[in-house]
Amino acid sequence: MIDLSELLNKMLTAPGLSGYESPIREILQEVWAPLTDELSVSKIGSLHGLKRGQGDAPRRKVMISAHMDAIGMMVTHIQDSFIRITEIGGIDHRILPGQPVIVHGREELPGVVVQPPGHLLPESVGDGPVEMKYLLVDVGLGPDELVKKVRVGDIVSYAQEPLELTGEALAGHTLDNRVSVAATTLCLEALQNRFHDWDVWAVASAQEEETLGGAFTSPFDIQPDIAIVIDVCFAKGPGASDWSSLPFGEGVGLGYGPNIHPALYDAFEKKAKELEIPYHRDLMPKMSGTDAMAVQIVAEGIPCAVIGIPLRYMHTPVETVSLKDIRRAGRLMAEFIADLKPDALAHINWEE
Amino acid sequence: MTENQKIQASNIPTIGNRQIKLLEKLCNASAVSGDEQEVRNIVLEEIKPVADEIKVDALGNVLATKFGHGENRVRVMLAAHMDEIGFMIVKKHDDNLFQFERIGGIDERQLPGKAVLVGRDHLPGVIGAKPIHMTTADERKNKIPVDALRIDLGPEIGEKVKPGDRATFATRFKRFGPSIQAKALDDRFGVAILIELLKHAPENIDLLAAFTVQEEVGLRGARVAAYRFDPDMAIAVDSTPAYDLPHWDDEDQNVQYNTRLDAGPAIYVMDRATIADRRLVTLLSDAAQEEEIPYQFRQPGGGGTDAGVIHKTRAGIPSISVSVPSRYAHSAIGLARVDDWANTLRLLYAALVRVTPDLLAGERRG
Amino acid sequence: MKSLIKQLVETPGPSGFEYEIRDVIREAIGDAADEVRVDALGSLIAKKGVKTEQGQRVMISAHIDEIGLMVTHVDDSGFLRFTNIGGVNPMTCYGGRVLFMDGTRGVIGMDSIERGKTPKLTDLFIDVGATSKEDCPVKVGDVCGFERPFIDLGKRMVAKSMDDRVAAAVAIEVLRRLESTPHEVHFVFSTQEEVGLRGATTAAYGVDPDLGFAIDVTRSGDTPRFSPKMATALGDGPAIKVRDSSFIADPRLVDWMIKAAEEAGLPYQLEVLEAGGTDGRAIQLTRGGVPAGCVSIACRYIHSPSEMVDSDDVENAVQLLVKLLSEPIVLK
Repeated sequence: MIDLSELLNKMLTAPGLSGYESPIREILQEVWAPLTDELSVSKIGSLHGLKRGQGDAPRRKVMISAHMDAIGMMVTHIQDSFIRITEIGGIDHRILPGQPVIVHGREELPGVVVQPPGHLLPESVGDGPVEMKYLLVDVGLGPDELVKKVRVGDIVSYAQEPLELTGEALAGHTLDNRVSVAATTLCLEALQNRFHDWDVWAVASAQEEETLGGAFTSPFDIQPDIAIVIDVCFAKGPGASDWSSLPFGEGVGLGYGPNIHPALYDAFEKKAKELEIPYHRDLMPKMSGTDAMAVQIVAEGIPCAVIGIPLRYMHTPVETVSLKDIRRAGRLMAEFIADLKPDALAHINWEE
Repeated sequence: MTENQKIQASNIPTIGNRQIKLLEKLCNASAVSGDEQEVRNIVLEEIKPVADEIKVDALGNVLATKFGHGENRVRVMLAAHMDEIGFMIVKKHDDNLFQFERIGGIDERQLPGKAVLVGRDHLPGVIGAKPIHMTTADERKNKIPVDALRIDLGPEIGEKVKPGDRATFATRFKRFGPSIQAKALDDRFGVAILIELLKHAPENIDLLAAFTVQEEVGLRGARVAAYRFDPDMAIAVDSTPAYDLPHWDDEDQNVQYNTRLDAGPAIYVMDRATIADRRLVTLLSDAAQEEEIPYQFRQPGGGGTDAGVIHKTRAGIPSISVSVPSRYAHSAIGLARVDDWANTLRLLYAALVRVTPDLLAGERRG
Repeated sequence: MKSLIKQLVETPGPSGFEYEIRDVIREAIGDAADEVRVDALGSLIAKKGVKTEQGQRVMISAHIDEIGLMVTHVDDSGFLRFTNIGGVNPMTCYGGRVLFMDGTRGVIGMDSIERGKTPKLTDLFIDVGATSKEDCPVKVGDVCGFERPFIDLGKRMVAKSMDDRVAAAVAIEVLRRLESTPHEVHFVFSTQEEVGLRGATTAAYGVDPDLGFAIDVTRSGDTPRFSPKMATALGDGPAIKVRDSSFIADPRLVDWMIKAAEEAGLPYQLEVLEAGGTDGRAIQLTRGGVPAGCVSIACRYIHSPSEMVDSDDVENAVQLLVKLLSEPIVLK
């Protein structure tokens, strides 16, 4: 049995910013090797794990897409003893001052994000929030040492250690979207002793936070018949109380909207009810904000489902999740896949 | 073009009572992006007797093929989107009123005081507004935010409506004099035109008709449709705004009209998503001149049609768009002319019969 | 190379209307390529070399379109209203001269606007010297580019559309100097980059490369009060792109380029561009994904009629690219 906390701790301490996924990919290669029949890496760095079905060939293919890349920062400029940064993915600059970070230069350098005093900033800033272009990173090196160890384009990641909170809640950075990769891993584990007709392609996709690059490309090579995209979704919390947030720790989200094939939504809903796995309809009136935006429109089009794991404080270093929801997501996907009959695709249609 | 190549009048598809009835049915159906079922069903019913092949794909596009005869037929894709702008119910509040989100580009100033139809059962509802008596002069200087608006379906709506249901404006189709008033003329005009062209398909080409989904949320259906069809060329058939209204200050001329009613089909040179292949601009404008069909160039500039994704598909597909001009698109009531619609249909037919492999033989020049 | 650059920048070719510049480039390539073709969106694709065992199919993309204007309305007095093709800055338009594809010339005038206000494109018009709508030679849908002669300032060069004709010149020069390569190299002179990387998108699908990169200009952070701070400067060598706002260059390509530059003793700088995109994105997202990057030439005053580059940067970019393409590629 996989120890979920242990797995998460291993994944969360590895960097793997968009475009620079190799550290997390290497960990996953190790974790997925015993759970899959074949592992391969796409030309832009997504990890593909194939677990063959036991049905008669040719078998249908279901793809699970969970992005493994993380948000973070990148060095744009070096000024004396200080580093200027830009974002990779979306970061609210208001959470950065005082944040511990690691600058991945010629060696790993611990540093801190510095908010310069007002008199050194444009007058218009006043005592208001300080934009990223005015923030600095200090790694405690003098100018001569600094240029030897850090150069433009080096990546900068959050350094916050994961924290176990009460009630099986976990806080840390990059839970978006390593928790979904963990759920995919639990799904693969659950399928080890289950009969499943379809081939399962588990994809830890690259570059979701920037270009959806992995999601645009992996399905082109794999050509799945259907896809399950799993990502985090908003959990209710401070400032997140409206219809687009789901209760924290009280079940998974099932995406509903144009990115999702309605027949797949129905099938997942039915499965969740049958297994008594708590879920909420996660409304996505326009785009889902997930890999499904890309996967759905690759080549001739791919029917997608979107599973969400509710997460608080998204894109901060203290994202918070309930382990229960990760397990629920993993189990729901495994049961859905095990139940896919050879002719299941005939039911994924537009007839009502 | 020689005399004997000119179109025989008897072949030309026209707009009569039957076509107007069909447009009425199409406009009155609800098909908010991602939920195009009602229009899809109408389309399938209409084209089943005439198309050689029909497929409904993973996104819900209807892809219909009508093969021509003879050698070296050019494969021409026509795309018209089935979806329309509208709303999704996102939350039921304790007072039995429903919060909603807009889908597609709708100006929030178009919302207060409108009637809507919710869900597949077309349940009637209203978007109310605070009584003027209770508003202040200052308040009336600001737009009413969408978050503050609710859809009211009456106190006993119960469980008949739930979050996720779509809604549209309740406008019913009207024909009067030279004009039509309806919702969703963008792009039921195109859908109706494609149906007629399938029924009167020119024999010199393979006609690949894509009735697409999710155009209003990012041209999503057309992308996969074009990939599957892999055509030699493509025409998006859409409806584009006519802003042919006076400037508030009558000293000033309106130089941003986009298109004008009564001026015929609007041929695109460039919008934000596509720079039309000039060979196709010439094809259409020459066909119009030869057949004496009025036409206009849509003012180059903003907006986009399905051509925006089609032309970038695979190794590239020469593409253009043609639209029926209509006023007040993306609001509750659009207004357009029957003649502009009929002339768009005629123009497309006239252009299609003129398509030969020579058209695309050379290099793109602009 | 200066005469080639001068010829390229002085040929009009707004996005979608690249036929003239394409002919000029085809002529300049001559028989330096093994094979030349044009794709459906008008990109010119010149192939050179045969893929050997250690070789790859490589795509190099330099876009040949430039920003320009398209006429939207001709008024009764013969004045022309217009819209932009690509990122045209209204601030640099007033008083500018334009050249239509048919050779018609015009100047840009402006409605009277409030003093101190920045004009919008809709406040501007083109005057081609017509006296009325009837004698105006220009119609709705006609296209023009900016007209400005090339100037040689010695080490520095100035012209309109250095973005990205300087890269086209680099690509042509590489094609000429590349004596032997283990790769099958496709030099793509792409269209419609300024309106959304469209030519490179379809060209990359058609070429189906194993690896690819763009050659483009990038902002130069060495002018007064440049914000946000950027580390690039004219004359510091070709810039190896790490990222821009459209994509993240494949780190394996970045390392490969750095190593090659260091081995050849060529100057280089690293580029993180916060506003702007390149054909590299289109290549990266093609089909099942392609390792992609970009070699940039630092350029001041991008999208103005006076874009400035450094001639040593141009020469060093050529040398770097020739080296990159002459040897087997090992990505680590």
